[in-house]
Amino acid sequence: MASSHLDHLENQSIYILREAYANFKNLAMLWSIGKDSTVLLWLARKAFFGHAPITLVHIDTAYKIPAMIAYRDRLALEWKLNMVYGQNTEALREKKTFPDGTATRLQCCGSLKTEALKNTLSGEWPRYRLNLQSGKYEPDINREPYTGVIVGARADEEGSRSKERYFSPRDKNNEWDVGDQPPELWNQFKTDFAPGTHIRVHPLLDWTELNIWEYIERENIPIIDLYFDKGEGKRYRSLGCYPCTAPVESTAKSVPEIVEELKNGKFANIAERSGRAQDKEDGGGLEALRRDGYM
Amino acid sequence: MEAHTLGRSSTSERVDVDKSGEQMNIVIVGHVDHGKSTVIGRLLADTGSLPDGKLDAVKAFCALNSRPFEYAFLLDALKDEQSQGITIDTARTFFKSSKRHYIVLDAPGHIEFLKNMVTGAARAEAALLVIDAKEGIRENSRRHGYLLSMLGIRQISVLVNKMDLVDYSQEVFNSIREEYTRFLARIDITPKFFIPISAFQGENMIGPSAKIPWYSGHSVLAAVDAFEKEPPKPHQPFRMPVQDVYKFTAMGDDRRIVAGRVESGSIKVGDEVLFLPSNKKSRIKSIEAFNEPIRSEVLSGYTPGFTLTEQVYINRGELMVKASEPQPSVSRLIRANIFWMGRKPLEMGRGYFLKLGTSKIPVRLKRINYLIDASDSLEKRDKANIERHDVADCVLELSRAIAFDAIADMEATGRFVIVDQYEIAGGGIIREALPDDQEDLRSEVAQREEKFERSAIVPEKRMQRLNQRPTLILITGEGSTDRKGVGKAIEEELFEMGRFAYYIGMANLLYSVDADLKDKGQSRAEHLRRLGEVAYLMLEAGLLLVVSARDLDDHDLKALETVIAPYPLLTVCMGGCKLDEGGEEVLYCPSGSQISQVVPQIIAKLQHMGSIFNP
Repeated sequence: MASSHLDHLENQSIYILREAYANFKNLAMLWSIGKDSTVLLWLARKAFFGHAPITLVHIDTAYKIPAMIAYRDRLALEWKLNMVYGQNTEALREKKTFPDGTATRLQCCGSLKTEALKNTLSGEWPRYRLNLQSGKYEPDINREPYTGVIVGARADEEGSRSKERYFSPRDKNNEWDVGDQPPELWNQFKTDFAPGTHIRVHPLLDWTELNIWEYIERENIPIIDLYFDKGEGKRYRSLGCYPCTAPVESTAKSVPEIVEELKNGKFANIAERSGRAQDKEDGGGLEALRRDGYM
Repeated sequence: MEAHTLGRSSTSERVDVDKSGEQMNIVIVGHVDHGKSTVIGRLLADTGSLPDGKLDAVKAFCALNSRPFEYAFLLDALKDEQSQGITIDTARTFFKSSKRHYIVLDAPGHIEFLKNMVTGAARAEAALLVIDAKEGIRENSRRHGYLLSMLGIRQISVLVNKMDLVDYSQEVFNSIREEYTRFLARIDITPKFFIPISAFQGENMIGPSAKIPWYSGHSVLAAVDAFEKEPPKPHQPFRMPVQDVYKFTAMGDDRRIVAGRVESGSIKVGDEVLFLPSNKKSRIKSIEAFNEPIRSEVLSGYTPGFTLTEQVYINRGELMVKASEPQPSVSRLIRANIFWMGRKPLEMGRGYFLKLGTSKIPVRLKRINYLIDASDSLEKRDKANIERHDVADCVLELSRAIAFDAIADMEATGRFVIVDQYEIAGGGIIREALPDDQEDLRSEVAQREEKFERSAIVPEKRMQRLNQRPTLILITGEGSTDRKGVGKAIEEELFEMGRFAYYIGMANLLYSVDADLKDKGQSRAEHLRRLGEVAYLMLEAGLLLVVSARDLDDHDLKALETVIAPYPLLTVCMGGCKLDEGGEEVLYCPSGSQISQVVPQIIAKLQHMGSIFNP
């Protein structure tokens, strides 16, 4: 047994990442630029001894906070990542979005995130790959569907995620059958799947928000600075698109201060996604979004 | 190691900030309606683990709707709240005692959800088993107890619930305790505590009960706190299933790293290691990790990488052990206990896959010794198939040998799952290794490997240079088939594709390395062994080797696989074939197939197997 709880979580995640890498020929990892998927990326570098041999996929809604894109590309170039992004260019062109006033928040999420994710993963829409020499994105020649998709979901985020397996099947329509999931025991995962279906892999399932921050502190992971208060008494607790993500009132300026705030401070009993407006619309439609493939 | 990465100037700056404290996963099992949800609701409420105002809100709601309040409603209420973002979940519930944090896995009591119960229980470190005092021991009280035992959960406390419905009768409690203790003893479980409770009334939940004065033992909370974290087992033999061998070339990295998770024991730089079943031997040169201080020893629970002094060729799925310690078993035949969760029964003669550690191997059910009626009295029954929810003692035959331990010796390397098509459909534990027909051959291979002089060239580098993975392509079939023609055509096709291939006909060996074997009929096994050894040398040289040989059967193929392991064997079966099961990779070509048809099929198969690839 690993000696501390963080060690235990870290080693379990590393084991899962390597199992995914060994079993899926077309493997992608979703990188939202937020703290969870950045920890996931860091764990991949640990699993593969400094390398990240997995394609990282970012769904760019075009409404991300601009600092997120700059941070993404800086890290991608520095860590030599296989960086790919996808986008719902049609919805953006036709202004079918919430900020343009022609869609509800949930419809906007469904179009810019869920639709874009589905079609980027399946290869039906173009993918754009970062050329590490030029620093520019180019159309990706690989249009194969990804059969394994690694996601940074945690069981403690909200109800629907607590029912996930480490290796969780999605059918042809990206749908998740919550009622009939495969058994998972003794670190033997579902790695066989029918043609047209794919597997979502969840290495962070057992981590809590607090574990994530404690690990960021322990490993000194370069997390995006939107999470820190820069003197205005505000910081982001959860990152998303700027029209729907509000900062929280907090003066935590560093990782240790965030850890302290989560443990004993004002957020000890308040949910992480409380700043996400789309969760509140439609009586909390996250499980529906999730069944449809929302990460 | 990368010395400098973004945001981290030096590995020595690691701050130890593991403030989460101790955490334990426990599972609550038992027959449906025996009160699992009420127990959890009570634990959450009485330990103050509920969100503020939740308890009052549910009580008010019940009063308003003229329903009697129940603690089980709390779980339902929490479920409703989850979709609004409060971090408490259904399958897992969180509570904390003064000692540590708990994740409670709520296992469904209904038989239909057995696979969910198994999933939940397999993640737990300890279990609470709930029995209704009034209903007594029921079908799933026994089945769940049995499954906990098979899943390897040794720490169990039994809660005899709803004592208020039997007037807190000591007699009822004692009779359940005696009967269930007898049952558990038969499956090697000694429960830590039996506790008479009423979760509904809150008796004996977090403190002593005035209504049950005849009981002075632990409360539920005290019993949960008395579960122990599994201590490290550094004195067990070292076992590590190999997850992969990495040879990443980016950023000038020239390390060749064998990666896995140490399941038991410990290992140091300089230790001699053995990879099984292929019997490759080497020594630990370094322990690798990213963003960690350099280590010279690693313990169980960690997922390190190792570089080796001798660059032996090994694959994912082999078991890495220490040469100086007790060795695991290696065999194609095992006696196991299986529990089956598949919709279709486990049948004799059908093909499945067995996954143990990181290996995945074709398997068949060879014999059912008996079925165990886990729901009733552990009686043994005869049956032709293993049906859903059955537990059976049986013999499994693997298509090739694997390394494992009997469950009594080592847990992590003594249990497996069975995959039916795309689904994990069964779990099992290995009772013992049975002798197969390859033991002599394996010990010869072990001796060869002991003395084998290794090239200084890293195998993966050779493969990358040649764009191919060494593979034996064996063309066999009846006397009348044109095996030689196909063999030579394949060699030529591979050559034209720029690959490094070579063809050997049996005659090339019969009058050379086999010249001393006079009695051709009697010495078939020796001919095969020598063919295997010649092939092995050529595979070590990096070749795609094509061999044609007439009328080989399953036994011959197994022998060849043992000698050339871990290099893969592709069997091409021409016309009528003596193969019943075949090797792991078989291509059947019906009688009358033209060479021009067969060759592209073989090439496609080699590409699919990853034996030839593009740079």
